[in-house]
Amino acid sequence: MCNCSCQGPKSDLSLLDDVLKEYGGSSGNLITILQKAQNIYGYLPKDVMYCIAEKVGVAPADVMGVATFYSQFRLTPIGKYLIMACQGTACHVNGSERVTAAISEYLGIGNGETTADGLFTLENVACLGCCSLAPVIMINGEAYGNLTPDSAVAVIKGIQEKEGK
Amino acid sequence: MRIVIGEGSCGIAAGAAKVHKAIEALMTENESFTLGSTGCIGMCFLEPIVDLYDGKILIKRLVKVTADDAAVIVEAARSGDLSGVEKLVISAEDEEFLNRQTRIALRHCGLIDPVSLDDYRNADGYQALEKALKTMTPEQVIEEIKVSGLAGRGGAGFPTWFKWNAARQSVGERKYLICNADEGDPGAFMDRAVIESDPHSLIEGMLIGAYAIGACEMIVYVRAEYPLAITNLEIAIDAARKANLLGENILGTGFSCDMRIKAGAGAFVCGEETALIESLEGKRGMPRLKPPFPAQKGYMDEPSNINNVETFANVSWIINNGGEAFAAMGTENSKGTKVFALTGKIRKGGLVEIPMGKTLRDVIYGIGGGIRDNKEFKAVQMGGPSGGCIPADLLDTVIDYKALAATGAIMGSGGMVVMDESTCMVGMAKFFLDFTALESCGKCVHCRIGTARMQEILTRIVKGEGKEGDIELLEELCDAVKDGALCGLGQTAPNPVLTTIRYFRNEYEAHIREKKCPAKECVDLLTYSIDADKCKGCTLCAKKCPAKAISGEVKKAHIIDENICIRCGQCVSSCRFGAIIVE
Repeated sequence: MCNCSCQGPKSDLSLLDDVLKEYGGSSGNLITILQKAQNIYGYLPKDVMYCIAEKVGVAPADVMGVATFYSQFRLTPIGKYLIMACQGTACHVNGSERVTAAISEYLGIGNGETTADGLFTLENVACLGCCSLAPVIMINGEAYGNLTPDSAVAVIKGIQEKEGK
Repeated sequence: MRIVIGEGSCGIAAGAAKVHKAIEALMTENESFTLGSTGCIGMCFLEPIVDLYDGKILIKRLVKVTADDAAVIVEAARSGDLSGVEKLVISAEDEEFLNRQTRIALRHCGLIDPVSLDDYRNADGYQALEKALKTMTPEQVIEEIKVSGLAGRGGAGFPTWFKWNAARQSVGERKYLICNADEGDPGAFMDRAVIESDPHSLIEGMLIGAYAIGACEMIVYVRAEYPLAITNLEIAIDAARKANLLGENILGTGFSCDMRIKAGAGAFVCGEETALIESLEGKRGMPRLKPPFPAQKGYMDEPSNINNVETFANVSWIINNGGEAFAAMGTENSKGTKVFALTGKIRKGGLVEIPMGKTLRDVIYGIGGGIRDNKEFKAVQMGGPSGGCIPADLLDTVIDYKALAATGAIMGSGGMVVMDESTCMVGMAKFFLDFTALESCGKCVHCRIGTARMQEILTRIVKGEGKEGDIELLEELCDAVKDGALCGLGQTAPNPVLTTIRYFRNEYEAHIREKKCPAKECVDLLTYSIDADKCKGCTLCAKKCPAKAISGEVKKAHIIDENICIRCGQCVSSCRFGAIIVE
């Protein structure tokens, strides 16, 4: 456990022990450590980043600098379902903007936001590499392709039904 | 009989894993046939694909298979009577998609089990490594690559042998060989397909490179968005290590080299080699000033060499078949083959590998089957955010580094996004500037601020707020960003703007002067109305309209209230009489 003095909700820092033991010895592993930490907590809480800075031996500002540079890292918690809306070139040409707008309007959230019930987070992402199925969204790792605004909203509604909402 | 399912990322996204499960569920304990999987076959437009093999011979290729087809496929595999699956068999026309290609980098893709070392070895795998380590000096390897004319497939097209030689000549305590698998161009997925479908060919190509430059460690920097590629490569590295193909004293030759994977964290600029090195060192991926070049002072300040996945995938073929065989293909300044990811408004999208020197028309019409829905070809985008849009009258341009650069586009890493008449070229330029403005690392003022200003101007134009002089201002900014940026991202970011202005200036002018979008894509510039002669008063559009902007009585012509209309286009797709006019 580290003794940082940062504010906000406290995370269970003992979950980091194994990661820090394996990778903590070198600042060259900072990105890997942050990736593992995000896998554990779902995002990068502030106290976790302070703890990593202390154990790796770099300034907290450096950790924050790396965390905000790469699009993979999130500083806020995400919903149960992460909707990744592909904004690659092939998806753009095949109408991804309308698909994303329809999802955004239906759920009432914008890029990077989470619904009030904590169920969905919407994230615009660069190419998912399923270009032949464009436009594509990926929800928790499963791809849905050849979408229209209507069929994309139908996918979301299907999940809501499954969750009893 | 052997059933083999194409389970690359695209195949899985199209439902291949469900087909696999459905077939597996029907199999009995002592089943008469076996079930396996392979990587990306490259015919994305026909996924999911199921191949039926008799030994090594492919007897039938079944396409667009669904889980519901599992029963007939199992029945056919058991009985050998293929009449039940006849409706799923690939058409002769679609077979041409592969027949017209020359596959070197993709030579094993879709043919072998990606995670089976035995499969790779049975397909002549690791013979080139053995040949290089046991019968050639590092200098001879570099010479062979020089003869082949192999150039960097990541986009820049720099001669591979030159980089290898520079790293070989460089003095350092440790040397590193790095593979750039941070395939960031939106619309490109060649590298992902190679790693997913044939990871051992990457390992073998890298090992030969490591031997040539004298590296003791190899690192693959791969996009975190490619989980299947990472998994398959991990399995392959593990198997190679156990077989003494990695690690100490490889194949008893005294050469030692190990390999590890580093997952990127999502930053387009990390495709630039010095930014990639910074990222490998755990820092923000911001480019370094060159010189010193990575060959002199790269990763951990030691001599390093970086090549792209496709470049490495060609290496063992060259060692096996000789540099001259590779150089026999292509044009005077571009040798060998190139892989393209053909996507967009194309009829047959997928992975295409062809010898250099073919024309864009050969790829788009000859292999890709032309434009979807019988629409008119407008342009092809090559090279992603660093490239440009090539118009219809240049379709006979040959695929060659110099010829493509002359159009204002670049060869790039291989993204080929085809556009039809409904794609707005100003919108396309804005799309790429949105991307580069977001991905600019911020180090150089011209790139950081210049891309943001260009993005603002383009946003204004597509909203109908463009002003006289905007085109000239864009051109001026393009020059400034090109001159003022340190790395390739900034130096090439203006290309999408410059090529669209060069070939589609009339579209810019229509947006600015007439406030019209000729492609009818820019929502803010469209007006929707109903042709009273064609409208039958079926009320369908009024029911569909989410803004309740359409009114009228049953069996009488309806009208759209332009002030309420949100221009979503739902009325157009719902009208069966073609009565909605979009202007």
